[in-house]
Amino acid sequence: MHAYNGAAASPMPTPLLRLDGIRKTYGLGTAVAVEVLHGVSFRLAPGEFTALIGPSGSGKSTLLNVIGLLEPASSGTIAYAGQPIDYTDEATLTRERAKRLGFVFQFHHLLPAFTALENVLMPHLIGGGSFRDEARARAVALLEAVGLSRAIDKKPNELSGGMQQRVAIARALFHRPALVLADEPTGNLDTHTSDEVFALLRRFNREHGTAFLIVTHDPRLARRCDRIIELVDGQIARDVANTPDA
Amino acid sequence: MGFELTVALRFLREGRFQSFLIVGGVMAGVAVVVYISALILGLQANTINRTLGAQAHIVIKPQDEVVRTQQPAEGTLAVVQARAQRLRSIDNWQPLMPALASDPDVLAVSPMASGAAIAVRGEASRAVVLFGVELDRYERIVQLSEKLVRGSFRLNAGETLIGTELAKDLGLDVGDRLRVLTSSANDLFQIVGIVDLGSRDLNRRALYLPIRTAQNLLAIPGGVTNIDLRIREIFDADRVAERLRGIGPINAESWMSTNSQLLNALSAQSVSTTMIRVFVSIVVLLGIASVLVVSVVQKRKEIGILRAIGASRGQMTRVFLLQGAIVGLAGSVLGSLLASGLVWAFTTFVRTSAGAPLFNIAVEPELLFTSCALATVGGTLAAVAPALRAARLDPAQAIRI
Repeated sequence: MHAYNGAAASPMPTPLLRLDGIRKTYGLGTAVAVEVLHGVSFRLAPGEFTALIGPSGSGKSTLLNVIGLLEPASSGTIAYAGQPIDYTDEATLTRERAKRLGFVFQFHHLLPAFTALENVLMPHLIGGGSFRDEARARAVALLEAVGLSRAIDKKPNELSGGMQQRVAIARALFHRPALVLADEPTGNLDTHTSDEVFALLRRFNREHGTAFLIVTHDPRLARRCDRIIELVDGQIARDVANTPDA
Repeated sequence: MGFELTVALRFLREGRFQSFLIVGGVMAGVAVVVYISALILGLQANTINRTLGAQAHIVIKPQDEVVRTQQPAEGTLAVVQARAQRLRSIDNWQPLMPALASDPDVLAVSPMASGAAIAVRGEASRAVVLFGVELDRYERIVQLSEKLVRGSFRLNAGETLIGTELAKDLGLDVGDRLRVLTSSANDLFQIVGIVDLGSRDLNRRALYLPIRTAQNLLAIPGGVTNIDLRIREIFDADRVAERLRGIGPINAESWMSTNSQLLNALSAQSVSTTMIRVFVSIVVLLGIASVLVVSVVQKRKEIGILRAIGASRGQMTRVFLLQGAIVGLAGSVLGSLLASGLVWAFTTFVRTSAGAPLFNIAVEPELLFTSCALATVGGTLAAVAPALRAARLDPAQAIRI
């Protein structure tokens, strides 16, 4: 490992994501206000495969929510492809989220009422498409790519944990997002399945140039990423480039 | 709307038992409202039909005679006795007829000479009311020909039509003769037909004669005691009668004032029906709202996921509004079918001792359409509060659960 000098040194005119002095306080204006993030700044380049690590309560999930435009920062700016995000405009937030970002959550978070294929197609349906149009072929191809060609018409409760997580990955990738945010994507999977899922993320990163920001507790997984950002008590304690083990 | 409709339908299908309960609730509510409405509408239409079957909408009569006292001297007391009202003709009734007929609300005008008499056959006698009419004019006020039970429908000199009960009381049938006595004359008449006027009391007393014959018997030659009117809108009767009073020294009585008790009963009935309808609707709408509120809480996680992967607040609101609308529509269509079935059962199985339907009730397509439309709109409105809750849900929090 060596110190990561990131955007400053490399010729990278517009980073994919730029965070400047992000602070997040819960219960702002009350007696029990707690600041969870104390001015976090970093950049992500297109196609970067980054691990975000840190102990429980260090603010990882909060940071991920802020980056995912799911909750506003209390101060600081966040810019995608050089464009600062305006948190006051709910409609724009929703649109940016749909266009630029894919989400993979720890507990899979599939919609139980829909089949695997329909779950993958859900972003398409939200955007005004249908379950039966030309996008279906792409969704089937994605499910085949994650090794679920025989489970496309199964409901989530008929699938194992690893399979559900692979459906969630296929869904996150459906819109070809520039950045996928994954919150403990292998958190409740056994070692073997967890390796498979991780390998899948890595494959999409290499084949399509999709950037990943992966929150994980697992140092074994972190060591397989290109870059490791460690968050301690709401501040970046370490930000290093990493040569993957395998 | 593809996304909203797909997700709304899938959410409803997923919550099978809840959806079943609430659609069942809406169905029961709509069935009660439609059935009660059809029943009361039918009942009221029947009652009014029967009442007006043998009655003119407005009756023109001479004004009552009053006693005019001379101006008494200062300090004297006078006892004024009410006058007995003798049988009188309407003054100048002949020029009055075209005046009445030209009123835009009036459809038909028929003069009548009517008064008390006694019908005698052998030893038996009965008090009767003479109705002296011009049959073809009278037919346009009351469809007397439809009420003919036996005999033929005509009224020449020396002929009479009588009520069924009167025929029974005096043991008379078509072709028989009876004698009619008044205070000033008596004559023999041949019965050419027997009519059923729909009321036992009327059937016991009614005796129709040609108008000239009646005028002679009642000693008002050339006069008429009242003029019957048929008007365009039966519930305008009071208003039209009020206006007609202005055209001369006459009195105009509408069927609404002669039957004010009936009308009071009918309007009390309408008020209670409306109250039942309103309260049942409120219960149904609260039911829809509460089931959807629970559904929003149950589906917090799903709502959060949908929001995270790009669904807007507006889209989430519409998903839940649509669920309310679908529940309202499905429930009301089923409820309408149920109500139609109940009405069919009522008209088929509830019968008089004679085997005829108690009265005619029909479910108007308009009533069904209105009920379904209102239930759908109501369902959507009931879903507003749950839908706003769903839209306000913080996706970051919803996902963490």
